[in-house]
Amino acid sequence: MMKKYQELLLQVRDLEVTFGTRRKPFVAVKDVSFEIYRGETFGLVGESGSGKTTIGRAIIRINPTSAGRILFKGERINGVIPRELDRRVTQQVQMIFQDPMASLNERAKVDYIVSEGLMNVHKHLGREEREARVSKALSDVGLLPEFAGRFPHEFSGGQRQRIGIARSLIMEPEFIIADEPISALDVSIRAQVLNLLSSLQKQRGLTYLFIAHDLSVMRFITDRIAVIRKGVIVEMAETETLFSHPLHPYTRALLSAIPMPDPISEKQKVLEVYDPSRHDYSVYKPRWEQVEEGHFVMANDRELAEYRERLK
Amino acid sequence: MEQEVILSVKDLNVKFSLRGRVLHAIRDISLELFKGESLAIVGESGSGKTVLTKNFIGLLDKNGWVDSGEILYGGMNLAGFTTEKEWAQIRGKEIAMVMQDPMTSLNPLKTIGWQIEEALRQHQGLAGSAAKKRAVEILTDVGIPEPERRYKQYPHEFSGGMRQRVVIAIAMACNPKILICDEPTTALDVTIQAQILDLIHDLQKKYRLTTIYITHDLGVVANVADRIAVMYAGDIVEVGTCNEVFYSPQHPYTWALLSSLPQLGVKGEELYSIKGTPPNLFNRIRGDAFAPRNPQALRVDFLHRPPYFEVSPTHKARTWLLDPRAPKVEPPEHIKNIRNLRDEKKEDAQR
Repeated sequence: MMKKYQELLLQVRDLEVTFGTRRKPFVAVKDVSFEIYRGETFGLVGESGSGKTTIGRAIIRINPTSAGRILFKGERINGVIPRELDRRVTQQVQMIFQDPMASLNERAKVDYIVSEGLMNVHKHLGREEREARVSKALSDVGLLPEFAGRFPHEFSGGQRQRIGIARSLIMEPEFIIADEPISALDVSIRAQVLNLLSSLQKQRGLTYLFIAHDLSVMRFITDRIAVIRKGVIVEMAETETLFSHPLHPYTRALLSAIPMPDPISEKQKVLEVYDPSRHDYSVYKPRWEQVEEGHFVMANDRELAEYRERLK
Repeated sequence: MEQEVILSVKDLNVKFSLRGRVLHAIRDISLELFKGESLAIVGESGSGKTVLTKNFIGLLDKNGWVDSGEILYGGMNLAGFTTEKEWAQIRGKEIAMVMQDPMTSLNPLKTIGWQIEEALRQHQGLAGSAAKKRAVEILTDVGIPEPERRYKQYPHEFSGGMRQRVVIAIAMACNPKILICDEPTTALDVTIQAQILDLIHDLQKKYRLTTIYITHDLGVVANVADRIAVMYAGDIVEVGTCNEVFYSPQHPYTWALLSSLPQLGVKGEELYSIKGTPPNLFNRIRGDAFAPRNPQALRVDFLHRPPYFEVSPTHKARTWLLDPRAPKVEPPEHIKNIRNLRDEKKEDAQR
């Protein structure tokens, strides 16, 4: 897998995001580092409140960062950057939001919703050209071009999410951050949206950062996964590695929570509950360490020895 | 094993009037609910699963009515109830409901304690310290730590999972016989989801509850349901025990629902998805409602509505495929392997 994707697209180095006032700061994301290669799908998994969305929003420059660096194609894109670079980032990095009911402007027609980004970047685009691009974007996501004249409330949940995808595609991005794009949808519609995302990736060589709380979906769509808890990444590995031998107890808890469509094994299942107090970090501090190729975990020396033993 | 029927639905038809047109939301449903069991009702949004259960507690929207049929509970026909006074004997006390979204089903202006006591005041006439004592008891029951302190807090001070526990506490306040959980975990994280399902399961054992789970996700019900009813377009298309529905599903719609689970997907291949959209219930439905979306539909599916065919005494499905004259159509390959999934998982665990 590693050989397949070699060109570094996005690098996040020691990222920290802080909210609140200076007197009472709240550190939402702490010392987060990862890389995303061109063409791959990188998954970020965690519970609500773990900071996974915050990371996505920091990359797309919605949330200001308080420390660390985010490099896109080798250029720093967090903090103060030149206007010209900002424009380029806006066009090349796009986001798909979680709830298609809430993220589309109820009072605007689909035509406007989809082309809004385009009008910001290409100010001198003619009307015809714009309309042509909107209908192309709509048909790319499997909607009819006629839908451009309708309002969001006329669509079902799955169709709305397609509109959300169309409006990021129209910018011709290279990198898309998909923030729980399917958690608000029915299971049968989930499959459609997931298939759409993977076929778009194949056609256009897109790179995804896929944010979700549900590991079962991740196994299907991602190449590598990072598990995040309370703003700290605790484990990162290639998807199959993570599923076949998870090391960190939190990852194991997440995996055991996946509901399987198999009644006999489900009824015997013992749920692993993660208890953070099981780590004794009073003497030996945990650090970010590679235990096998491409498999990183946050642990202290004693735990690392234990994990390595388990991998043998 | 002879089982006692606690609630039975007979040929129920429910209609709604919407902008001058009539929508046929529940089409001839018959269903028996056995005492102490947990039944899962599974279907896409709009299939009528919530509408069906709302009939049991008289919470149907104002523009809807029971057109024909009966709902029998404790010797009464709930479908004939008209006044709030009649419903007050059932709602909460006998049958209670847990709503989907804990963010919207609690009153943000009242403390948790007050909201639990509200049910106790209404139904059991408890007040003052007796009510408080019982409320704290219930909070402990649903696994909320420090119930004495939590009792005085407001909903915004609770996390999503804790809020859902509070909603369950309110539903449990009057010791109902039947607990209806309408998508109890859809708004929650996977880890919390597993905990809430465990909680409902424990409560069920402790109080010998009968539970109905409503969900769109077949994956969730494998560990909690005894029986599963699959709904499509206002009709139950297949009903059977949990093992029967997962290991030998009969209706093409059940196949489709199982196939679209990402847990069963193979990386790099296209995930199965159901084509088309559910039928418009404003129109009269001819034949099998799922036929237009079923690539393997038979000609008869478009003409005549299939009756129930019995597969086993506990398992029946409404599909012409079970007719002796039907051609043999095999379920999709990868859902046949559900049983093997378990073995794979075991290997994973051993590693």
